[in-house]
Amino acid sequence: MKTMTEAQINEVRQIIRTGKVLTEESDRFSYSFDASFGTYLPDAVIQTKSVEELAELVKFANREKVPVYPRGHSTCLSGGPLPVKGGMVIDLSVMDDVLIIDPEDLIAIVSPGVRTADIHKAAEAKGLMYPPDPSSSNVSTIGGNLAENSGGPRGLKYGVTKDYVIGLEVITPQGEIIRTGGRTVKNVTGYDLTKLIVGSEGTLGIITKAILRLIPKPPATETVMAIFDDLVDAGRAISQILTSGILPSKMELMDKATMQAVENYQPSGLPTDAEAMILLELDGHPIAIRDEAEQVFRVCKEVGAREVRIPQTQKEKEDMWKARKLVSPAIVRIKPTKISEDATVPRSKIPEMCRRLQQIKEKYNIHLVVFGHVGDGNLHPNIVADKSDKEEMKRVEMAVAEIFEAAVELGGTLSGEHGIGTMKAPFMEMELGEVGLDMMKRIKQAWDPNNIMNPGKIFPEPGQKLVLTE
Amino acid sequence: MNKQLEALRAELNYDKTNRCVQCGYCLPACPTYQTMGKETHSPRGRINLVKMVGEGRITDLSVLEEPLDLCLGCRACETVCPSGVEYGAILEAARTAIVRRKKFTVPQKALRKVLFKKVFPSRKMMNLAGNALWLYEKSGVQKLARKSGLMNKLPANLGKFEAIVPPAVSPAERSALPRRVPAKGEKKCTAAFFLGCVMDAMFQRINELSIQLLAEVGCEVVVVENQTCCGALHAHAGEKDDSKQLAKRNIEAFERYDVDFIVNNAGGCGAMLVEYDHLLADEPEWAERARRFVQKTRDISQVLAQCGGVKGKEGPYERITYQRSCHMSNVQKVTAEPVQLLQSLPNVELVEMKEATMCCGSAGIYNIVNYDASMEILDRKMKNVKDTKAVTVITTNPGCLLQMKLGIERENLSGQMRAVHLVEFLAERSGLAQEQILKK
Repeated sequence: MKTMTEAQINEVRQIIRTGKVLTEESDRFSYSFDASFGTYLPDAVIQTKSVEELAELVKFANREKVPVYPRGHSTCLSGGPLPVKGGMVIDLSVMDDVLIIDPEDLIAIVSPGVRTADIHKAAEAKGLMYPPDPSSSNVSTIGGNLAENSGGPRGLKYGVTKDYVIGLEVITPQGEIIRTGGRTVKNVTGYDLTKLIVGSEGTLGIITKAILRLIPKPPATETVMAIFDDLVDAGRAISQILTSGILPSKMELMDKATMQAVENYQPSGLPTDAEAMILLELDGHPIAIRDEAEQVFRVCKEVGAREVRIPQTQKEKEDMWKARKLVSPAIVRIKPTKISEDATVPRSKIPEMCRRLQQIKEKYNIHLVVFGHVGDGNLHPNIVADKSDKEEMKRVEMAVAEIFEAAVELGGTLSGEHGIGTMKAPFMEMELGEVGLDMMKRIKQAWDPNNIMNPGKIFPEPGQKLVLTE
Repeated sequence: MNKQLEALRAELNYDKTNRCVQCGYCLPACPTYQTMGKETHSPRGRINLVKMVGEGRITDLSVLEEPLDLCLGCRACETVCPSGVEYGAILEAARTAIVRRKKFTVPQKALRKVLFKKVFPSRKMMNLAGNALWLYEKSGVQKLARKSGLMNKLPANLGKFEAIVPPAVSPAERSALPRRVPAKGEKKCTAAFFLGCVMDAMFQRINELSIQLLAEVGCEVVVVENQTCCGALHAHAGEKDDSKQLAKRNIEAFERYDVDFIVNNAGGCGAMLVEYDHLLADEPEWAERARRFVQKTRDISQVLAQCGGVKGKEGPYERITYQRSCHMSNVQKVTAEPVQLLQSLPNVELVEMKEATMCCGSAGIYNIVNYDASMEILDRKMKNVKDTKAVTVITTNPGCLLQMKLGIERENLSGQMRAVHLVEFLAERSGLAQEQILKK
């Protein structure tokens, strides 16, 4: 069913003079999905490099009450770019032509379609670093990262996307172009609209330019791998390391089921009889991190690690991280449908969360593996299932709800880095409370009274439930 | 679910589309997504369209036609896919389903029939085409045609390809391929050589040099009689039944000989040959024979490397770059050996280009039927080639070789840059190419 009339589409064509308006059936279906669940057909897909044309388009959309959905490369795991109420998808991946590194101001100026990995490369070429590194950084656009406030394994030491954004250019839901923040790290002039927009999942406006903060690139890295016969020991090792004055740049955990899946998929030398493995990376001055690596080695041994390895060659180091990268492809070999959750708990509650996850796994008889950025409490419980098995998917839905409850009960959150989108909207009130959620709604209503900007996200519809079956 | 939809799902390999989690990791690897800039021309976009047909949300299969036609079939997406989606199988099933329903115009039908059923499968017909090529060059018609500008007026841009077609071999030489060539020195293995239809008709010299190189490293070479086209072009065009017939003929021809390897020198053909077991999986009387055939199939670079490599002589310094055959990398998964062989040559410097693993846009007959799309991909490729400042571009497949030659022409670089097959280059640097071509 279409929500736009032929006349409206024609007017859109008048507005988008330099870009494209895609309305073929094959095109509409090709912009109907993201990496989460569901298929929603837009009426049109807009591609243009012109910010002015887009602003004019949003004015038109606001007047005619046609929904618009900003979209990058649609790697979203929570339904952020899905055109759930029809209307226009705005493909911002085509806005990829601005990528300026300014070493003097230590900033990068980027347009929203630039791929995250290209920012990494450009910064590194000048001896600088843009720390946020979501796993999808080879594909994901910075616009999507900003909208979803993406994280990644380096979050433990360096924080997430919002910690590196100091200025934005945004098209408001009324079609005005505004600038927030600027080129300085210090800026307390008025409300911090930059931070409000980042992570608002495209519900408050379209980001058309961003100013990102860069830091000097650490000159060296060291890796340590520790193997444990008990998950609780691994948890103790993590908190011992973090309280000993060392802050690793990455700290990853793999449980037994994850290691077994990797070994079945591609033998990588992981111990399949151990209960847990921690893989961590230290970065900084070569002599300092050598010393830290030895300290980590001792701590792990003291809490009872079965084995601790510090790779001596670049090849050994790469092999260890390669095994971590194999997790995703390995677990979908078990069953094809992957439900990737990112509920996050305070660091001290990691062992408890691991116990809860184990109970949930047994209670609902599901395939659940735990791996993730354990240093910042962002465990990634992943459930693999078969979406054609309706009965199994019902059990998965109940298990996911219970994972959220456990995370919130332990003082954590529904989402560490994937966003709320359509997937987690039904659980918002559980975490925020009625008033908390209502305050967010009021902000949305003030910014976007006609509710045209990415409607159907973050805020649950009355009676909305998590549905993983189509 | 109704019976009709169920049958359509089976026909389309619908179950395989469900493996795709739409993570988008294929986007940066896909040449058509990069040049055309929309999801409709991306791997996950195409898979989704097939999925939508399987779910009954798209009922008119012609919606799939353009997105699937414009796919190069390079399968770079399979190599980067973290979920192991079998894109090639999905693509071919969908193309076959479309061809089955499509009403071709009378001339289209006639051309497809002649090409797929008569020309490619028949050595005689391909020889004839090869001979016509030779006559055309030697008779002076070529010069006249070039001068008159007639070549540029040919339909479907065929004229653009005329300048890059290699010097043809005379009919006398063409029929002179020996049946069996002994290994030089100690015999290490026996190989049956797969000629390939395009290689045999247009690049017979490369086939001869291949046999010579194999003999040189200690491999006894048998040229099997009654072999035919591998069937790749048929499979890519949705004529699956034809490719099955050709596969069976090749299996029959090669299993008569007791050899260690079945060796080919064309990345695209090799990719088809190593998938004969998939192609014939549902035919019990053929599955095992196909499996044995596949087990022996090798690219020439694998056998040369296994036999200890090709000894290069001291020669002038040469800067080269290597344009990989997509089907060799992504389907045969042969990636290390060609590089290893090239790097072992004295005074040769291999400089890898940016986006080295990306398709050149040749893709079988894609560059003829989708000329503009192909040229956009080629121009991007040539920019990366030029950045390496190499004088020689190495290829491992006839289509890529022709396309790179065309790229050099388009950039007005003929005379300063050349494209050659890996085998030609190895023969040249080892001193073989100067020698006379094999005698009977």
